[in-house]
Amino acid sequence: MSKFALNTALPRYLRVEQERIEKFAKAFGLDFFPVIFEMLTYDQMNEIAAYGGFPSRYAHWRFGMEYEQLSKSYEYGLSKIYEMVINNNPSYAYLLEGNSLTDQKLVMAHVFGHVDFFKNNFCFRATDLDTRGAIIDPVKKLSGYDPDRRWIDQMANHGARISRHIERWGINKVEAFVDQCLSLENLIDPWQPFTGRQAPRDEEKEDDKPIEVPKLAAKEYMDSYINPEEYLEAQRKKMEQKRPEKKKPEQPERDVLKFLLDHAPLERWERDVLEVIRTEAYYFVPQKQTKIMNEGWASYWHSKMMTEKVLSASEIIDYADNNAGVMATSSGRFNPYKVGVELYRYIEDRWNKGRFGREWEECNDLDAKRSWDMRLGLGRKKIFQVRALYNDVTFIDEFLTPEFVLDQKMYTFGFSGRNDRYEIESREFREVKEKLLFQLTNFGDPYIRVIDANYGNRGELLLEHQHAGLDLRGDYAKETLGALVRAWKRPVAVATKVDNKPVLLRYDGKEHTMTPYKL
Amino acid sequence: MSLKIDQDHGRFRQIVRGRIRQNLRKYISQGELIGRKGKDLVSIPIPQIDIPRFRFGDKQRGGVGQGDGNPGDPLGGSEDKQPGQGQAGSDASDHILEVDVTLDELAAILGEELELPDIQDKGKSKISNAHDRYSGIRRVGPESLRHFKRTYREALKRMIASGSFQPSRPIVVPVPDDKRYRSWKTITEPVVNAVIIYMMDVSGSMGDEQKEIVRIESFWLDAWLTKQYKGLESRFIIHDAIAREVDRDTFFHTRESGGTMISSAYKLCSQIIDADYPADEWNIYPFHFSDGDNWSMDDTLACVELMKNHLLPKVNMFAYGQVESPYGSGQFIKDLKEHFSRDERVVVSEIRDKDAIVGSIKDFLGKGK
Repeated sequence: MSKFALNTALPRYLRVEQERIEKFAKAFGLDFFPVIFEMLTYDQMNEIAAYGGFPSRYAHWRFGMEYEQLSKSYEYGLSKIYEMVINNNPSYAYLLEGNSLTDQKLVMAHVFGHVDFFKNNFCFRATDLDTRGAIIDPVKKLSGYDPDRRWIDQMANHGARISRHIERWGINKVEAFVDQCLSLENLIDPWQPFTGRQAPRDEEKEDDKPIEVPKLAAKEYMDSYINPEEYLEAQRKKMEQKRPEKKKPEQPERDVLKFLLDHAPLERWERDVLEVIRTEAYYFVPQKQTKIMNEGWASYWHSKMMTEKVLSASEIIDYADNNAGVMATSSGRFNPYKVGVELYRYIEDRWNKGRFGREWEECNDLDAKRSWDMRLGLGRKKIFQVRALYNDVTFIDEFLTPEFVLDQKMYTFGFSGRNDRYEIESREFREVKEKLLFQLTNFGDPYIRVIDANYGNRGELLLEHQHAGLDLRGDYAKETLGALVRAWKRPVAVATKVDNKPVLLRYDGKEHTMTPYKL
Repeated sequence: MSLKIDQDHGRFRQIVRGRIRQNLRKYISQGELIGRKGKDLVSIPIPQIDIPRFRFGDKQRGGVGQGDGNPGDPLGGSEDKQPGQGQAGSDASDHILEVDVTLDELAAILGEELELPDIQDKGKSKISNAHDRYSGIRRVGPESLRHFKRTYREALKRMIASGSFQPSRPIVVPVPDDKRYRSWKTITEPVVNAVIIYMMDVSGSMGDEQKEIVRIESFWLDAWLTKQYKGLESRFIIHDAIAREVDRDTFFHTRESGGTMISSAYKLCSQIIDADYPADEWNIYPFHFSDGDNWSMDDTLACVELMKNHLLPKVNMFAYGQVESPYGSGQFIKDLKEHFSRDERVVVSEIRDKDAIVGSIKDFLGKGK
């Protein structure tokens, strides 16, 4: 889509609103990248949403599928996208043409919350294009922080790269490979940007050096007599056998995509495609890591700004109606907006009243606790700190309390095979917290690592699923193994458990097998 | 306006089409499409095209929710297979993706998949639709059809040739000879007309399952023939011992009992053809479905007689589909085979169960008549 052909600039009355809201946001202490708002019609909005927020990405059918679903549910009036904002510097945000002015204001206020979060939450440092791979202290506040996050360009470049391959190799071939890569998309290490240990590459090279057999010193013309060729050959063989068999990888590797990039026998274009998929997967990691926090933060600020500053009295009903829709927890659904915003408010309240620290923890007098108020007024400061230093897992782990769970009527549910339906299981604090954390950890995906690239000394790839109570989904696992075999070109196996028995799921390109396995 | 996404969307549709082709047999035998038919569109459920990943099995997982209720209560809106949608990290759900396909497209897919030949028109399309098109020019005509521009041009040509045109005073005056008039040509287009006459045995021995088969099969026959002929008409006849013409809805839902006299239906069919569908102008397709349990041998012979003398000379093809029922003797198909084994116009097919529908469609339409 050519940006220049479309008139997506904001009309004047909205530019005025934008400036107004921006001022309020700054006054509240929000610190954000420049935000560029654009106005889109609904089909443009659906298109961009289908592309995950980016106007230009590589060609793939799943974006078309997204688009069909979005436009259908819009046309049938089931859902509508209000707001979309991209983690980019400057940030781009899209407004839907035809929304009421109240809605547009709400969206703008919400967007400033998001962009503040993009800029300040430590997870998003991983998307800085200029410092990637070398992030040392994600917490340290840099003055004049203005990172390179031109992801819109980056994604467009990815699109160009892939379309070049498509031109050369044909859509079917490239698309099939992209499909395979997407099957492996979640096999990355979310913390890789922060570990800082890039395996030094020289070490490997040493391995590949030809073995030098020490020779007896001899004049050149005598050399072939004193150091006969056959003897040297025999020595070399001997040394080769002695050479300690180095396991590859030395440490189990969670970034399976990286491992494949480095070691799988891929063609050039395949490597390039895989690299694109991996880079994009990493881009989306921080957003997945902070869904509750990010939405909560933006909602906290839109409601604060709207109700305290922005709205006129005549708009309040519209706003409340809309806000209620966003915060709804209909039919027992878990709504990250709702839980997020409530948790921030809860934290603010606690730190305002001084309900933290040792004294608070050790107090057993319920009555005293109920009326505990030290008038510290630290709440605002605390939530700003929380938005910078936490992600969903640590956010929930640290601040979810029994009172909060009770107050918010949270529960766990599970599938009841007997009644063939989902049922509420428990309202116990411990169980709710455990389940929530489990879902958030690794985004609810299984932990998979590469443990051996030469399994059984046959050049086969062995992965390990760190079983934590849940089995892998069988049919999907088979297909995914197929994608791995396609990249690795040799049989691939994954060690996991099925019904509590350790097994090895193996695929050799023709046949799937499941055999008992002992680590 | 064309969007960049259109390309990806088109690609997705193409993939979906492939999926439909793969699953066509399933769709046909389950008949689930018919209930979803809109005006021109059919919604086809296809399993979501999910990208497989290492994931947890679904039923074990559950999640966290918010709201009222006691442990053991079903979740609000338990229809949802996967509540807690929007929970962190799980975009998984057993969505069934529904895709709208036009009937035309569906018929095309059917044709490709079953390798049906296009129907060869046997020169019956004599009916012609005549209409006039103004496409020419002539020198005489009514003033109301005068072609101003051409007239002006002629006059200008004449004046320049005769030297009477003055560029400084460009006045052009036409004389009667300059005048040009629009003229029309009558264009006749052959219109292809076809009629399907469905006949069904609704006697006691035809159960619901048998009727379901007929319903599914006729849906597909309809779809295919509609694609082949513009302006397809359908007529419906039900019969037990006597035949009567009904509308589509009644046809598929009537339950009668009593004996079977197939000849009654054929007689009525022949009457309908004589009254409404002159054989030299219409492509006529009678389809008859029965369990093959005719009342008597005499009646069967009467049927054969009717077909030979009245029906076959007029129709493109006479199709007889025999649905297997636990009660019927299934004799009729044997009789037809015996009498018409060498007649190309008669196509018979046995439909044992729903899975046999595909084969029987191929039997009926595979000859391209």
